[in-house]
Amino acid sequence: MTKTFKGRVIAPGEVTAEAVVTKQGFNTLASMQMMFIQPKTKCVDQSNPDIYKKVLQGKALCLPQTIGSTTGGMFLYSAVKSGKAPACLLFSKEIDSLAAAGAVLADVWSENDKMPTIDRLGDEFLEYVRDGDKISVKSDGTVLVER
Amino acid sequence: MELTKEQQAILDGAKGETMAKVMRTLVNYGEVFGAQKMVPVTARYGHLVLSFGLTFLGPVFDLFQKLIDEGCLSGQKFTCDPRPYDKNVPQSVLQKGVAKFVFGKQSRYEKQLEQLGILGEDSYTCTCYLDEIGNTPKQGDVLSWAESSAVVYANSVLGARCNRNSGIIELFGSVAGFVPYFGLLTDEGRKADWIVELKTTKMPDAQILGSAIGMKVMEDVPYVKGLDAYLGTELTDKAKTYLKDFGAATASNGAVGLYHIENLTPEAKQQGEDLIKPGAKVYVIDDAELERVKNGYPCIWKNKDAAPKLCFLGCPHMTLEQIKDWTEKLEAGLKAAGNEKVLVPTVFTTSTGVLKKLNETPYAARLKKIGVIVSYICPLMFMDNPLWQSQPVITSSNKLRTYTTARFYSNDEILSILTKEGK
Repeated sequence: MTKTFKGRVIAPGEVTAEAVVTKQGFNTLASMQMMFIQPKTKCVDQSNPDIYKKVLQGKALCLPQTIGSTTGGMFLYSAVKSGKAPACLLFSKEIDSLAAAGAVLADVWSENDKMPTIDRLGDEFLEYVRDGDKISVKSDGTVLVER
Repeated sequence: MELTKEQQAILDGAKGETMAKVMRTLVNYGEVFGAQKMVPVTARYGHLVLSFGLTFLGPVFDLFQKLIDEGCLSGQKFTCDPRPYDKNVPQSVLQKGVAKFVFGKQSRYEKQLEQLGILGEDSYTCTCYLDEIGNTPKQGDVLSWAESSAVVYANSVLGARCNRNSGIIELFGSVAGFVPYFGLLTDEGRKADWIVELKTTKMPDAQILGSAIGMKVMEDVPYVKGLDAYLGTELTDKAKTYLKDFGAATASNGAVGLYHIENLTPEAKQQGEDLIKPGAKVYVIDDAELERVKNGYPCIWKNKDAAPKLCFLGCPHMTLEQIKDWTEKLEAGLKAAGNEKVLVPTVFTTSTGVLKKLNETPYAARLKKIGVIVSYICPLMFMDNPLWQSQPVITSSNKLRTYTTARFYSNDEILSILTKEGK
């Protein structure tokens, strides 16, 4: 079964990946600060039981927004440039300033490494999507969730 | 977004390709939030969040080098978050070795900061707004800062205007001299979405109150009623210190960039309840709610009963008055318990500016006598070392708790652990 959602494109691109879902705010620094010594980026945020210890790298990260340190955008940018980032960021709500910075920096300053980013997918999106769902992101902001 | 002729020319490449990309980044970033224009940065100084030469942030340092090589330097001097490492902080030989590797780009990065425009050698602190540092914006100043605790302080306590910019974006604003006009720069964006009604029976711990509010309102603006009963109606040093720690907790446990304290912070005093949006939500906080929030903090030590090996106080950096206050409390607690030195190795962290002032007072020797080390580091970044992840570190900083494996205790609990319990 496939369900379709439509959001706003923050950073364009097309990608297919497996969903990993956090229903609470994603603390970028707390989650990703150990990414460079991990074989694959895993969440190390002890305060986020939704995704604690789960793999983030190469996944379609579904989230309401990011929170926490203003290093957030910088960490996302570095993660994209180093191949350690989620495959895409899919926000149910309006994107926050830190995640937007990361998405825009990666889009403007990176030729090859991309992290398609869509926001405003709606609360229904986050209520529906589950870990392991197959996610397809289209360049016009369409997101297909296949289960 | 409508750009001035000068801004459009930069975007079109009049100042080179790199500067055009700086402008493109700011424009795209602003357009995400519906910014219609860019406005000049009016504060005297900037503030950068990145102060640590993490080996793994190579892409960021490469980008900064590109700016330097192309002459895209900051148009204003800036301060910067604290350095990540101090050999005087208790640690094993192995931890020292790993730290050398983890922060292997520190010298290179500090050279870059000099080239880009750091204010001076004493500019490394997250509390750049304190008198000892001097990066204290005026009400209404437009800033291009990052560092969540500094941004929330500048907006709330000083009445300056700054969005919760990410690292790199804040430097781009200082390089371009413009920032996109949206969010907390606008009058509308500074209005409160939440009313917080404080109904506790005593002054709440700043760190827990801030955490509760941050987790509830996330990125929204809260208007807090009832705190003036404890802090008064003037921004005294005591009130500002409280708000420093309170704000850091709201910003790290949530994403608060601005709060108003009724009858205390500048805009709340000037505009009162006109700052509250119609239909604002209400969050009532009493003793039980604070207890609930505190009890919800996880402890991920491997052995939850382990005796603490290290205690960090000062995230954000401590003020001079805070250090003096803690010194007196520790001395009294130790005396009452019949102990001479703190029972857990303890590090106070503060700016080098405050550290210099502290060394001019008898408190420096008093702290040494009871076994407390005072350091200039960022404890958060210091612990960004895999070998610290499994160590039983304790703190009363909700920010440090959030980003590391440090276990949170209230200030009263920490005092008891350090002076009489040892664990």
